[in-house]
Amino acid sequence: MSAAWTISSVREAIAANKISARELAVEHFRRIAARNGELNAYLTLSEERAYAQADKIDAAVAAGKQLPALAGVPIAVKDVISTRGVRTTCGSKILNNYVPPYDATAVTRLEAAGAVILGKTNCDEFAMGSSNENSAYGPVQNPAAAGTVPGGSSGGSAAAVAADLAVASLGTDTGGSIRQPGAFCGIPAMMGSYGRVSRYGLIAFASSLDRIGPLARNVADVAAVLKVMAGRDANDSTSTTAPVEDYSAELKKPVKGMKIGVPKEYFGEGMDSGVRGKITAGIELLRKLGCRVMDIQMPHTDYAIATYYIIATAEASSNLARYDGVRYGLGEEADTLVATYRKTRGAGFGPEVKRRIVLGTYVLSAGYYDAYYLKGQKVRALIAQDFRNAFQKVDAIVTPTSPVPPFNLGERTNDPLQMYLADIYTVTGSLAGLPGISVPCGKIRGKLPVGLQIFGPAFGEARVLQLAHAFEEAGGATV
Amino acid sequence: MAELAYLDLTEAELETYRVQIDEILEYIGKLNELDTANVEPMAQVLADDQTADATLREDIVVPCAVAGDILKQAPDPEPPYFRVPKVIER
Repeated sequence: MSAAWTISSVREAIAANKISARELAVEHFRRIAARNGELNAYLTLSEERAYAQADKIDAAVAAGKQLPALAGVPIAVKDVISTRGVRTTCGSKILNNYVPPYDATAVTRLEAAGAVILGKTNCDEFAMGSSNENSAYGPVQNPAAAGTVPGGSSGGSAAAVAADLAVASLGTDTGGSIRQPGAFCGIPAMMGSYGRVSRYGLIAFASSLDRIGPLARNVADVAAVLKVMAGRDANDSTSTTAPVEDYSAELKKPVKGMKIGVPKEYFGEGMDSGVRGKITAGIELLRKLGCRVMDIQMPHTDYAIATYYIIATAEASSNLARYDGVRYGLGEEADTLVATYRKTRGAGFGPEVKRRIVLGTYVLSAGYYDAYYLKGQKVRALIAQDFRNAFQKVDAIVTPTSPVPPFNLGERTNDPLQMYLADIYTVTGSLAGLPGISVPCGKIRGKLPVGLQIFGPAFGEARVLQLAHAFEEAGGATV
Repeated sequence: MAELAYLDLTEAELETYRVQIDEILEYIGKLNELDTANVEPMAQVLADDQTADATLREDIVVPCAVAGDILKQAPDPEPPYFRVPKVIER
């Protein structure tokens, strides 16, 4: 992994004619062919589309044209994000043969910036999971720690970057699904604020939570990919008109004097002692960088998982009603229309998706709506208020990304509640709609990666990236 | 619930989910420790002034000739229609 490509090294090499975009794509497809059988990070490759794009970049180089920000950069896209003409399964059997008739805006913007889309990455079915073991197409191996899960749900996207099978990737985050796999695979991974990146073409799981964001080899690359995708899109009414900062330029600003809040609620029982040790060392490093670290309180943290599993499952049960066996995807034949729905959905969805649809239907049902869904929305408001209060006193909040290091494949699959609790530190920021990043923060016994999570206030992406960049530059990955 | 969600589940699935969902609901019950009588539910993530759609957009006609592509994805199409089992009895 020593000579791993980054966005800046790709740009330099292509501009200096040291490698062509096509050669770079070939190099990546060769590595994918060699390693994907073992890792299972990619579900579908889009070679034709990648080479067509690479040739366009190479023609631009030959013509002496100015190259766009991501010219020739090989990127992998999570399989819940639509790609025109390229199979998109959501990790589900119900979409086994689905080929979207249009591109997600995030993909359109990446390609317009010169990126080369290599293919679609494995994930938990409909992004529901924390280990990638809920994919209908088999689990993904964690390239950073053999035998452990890569995290989820964007496990394939994290593994592809960590194994050098892409320079950057797109994931989606609903309760931690970008940040936690980033932490488990030892790479930086970010979700911007709710509304920052258009979700047009993202196949919906929980609409008030879902976000698209980048995973990459370093924070500068995360910033560059986020910048390309961010901004208002007329096709997504939830995308914001708030101005997009120049994240790459903002990166280098000093962090000295920045006020960092550390909430004690994120260091409670159930936290692995190895993780605690690394995060403590990471916070010490921030102090050495001149940040002012202070203890803060976020009293509703402990209620976040319960709130999340009401809201996310409720929205999922509504969103997944569209899989009806009639319009696209799997269609099981039956005598009546209702029987078609039932049979198709029973055969096409996997166990975790079914569990969440049933739970979501329950919390929305007449008689239980107030007790669960309305209650959840109220506690969500309290959790968001915790963050607003904290950001009156501090510039950023620092926590562990996950209470535990990567666990072994198969270790947690029989106990859904235990699996849900692995998201305890990430769901809070999801519920509050805030930007968050996970950056590598050492490895336990030199083997298991730990992630440090940084939250910023709404649309404070630049500050989050600055701090993450300073942490990385100061050697955060080896604390 | 599976009926409401139009989801065929086997007896074994029903039994597993019954136990697991009971356990999850019991965990969710911890929210009742919080008094939320005076809390407004958070139904929106973005503030109104953060989106362009707080007001109505202009109604502009754009071409959208994708019907053929879309029908190609249907399990049983009969262009220009989706075909379904008979729903209305004469």
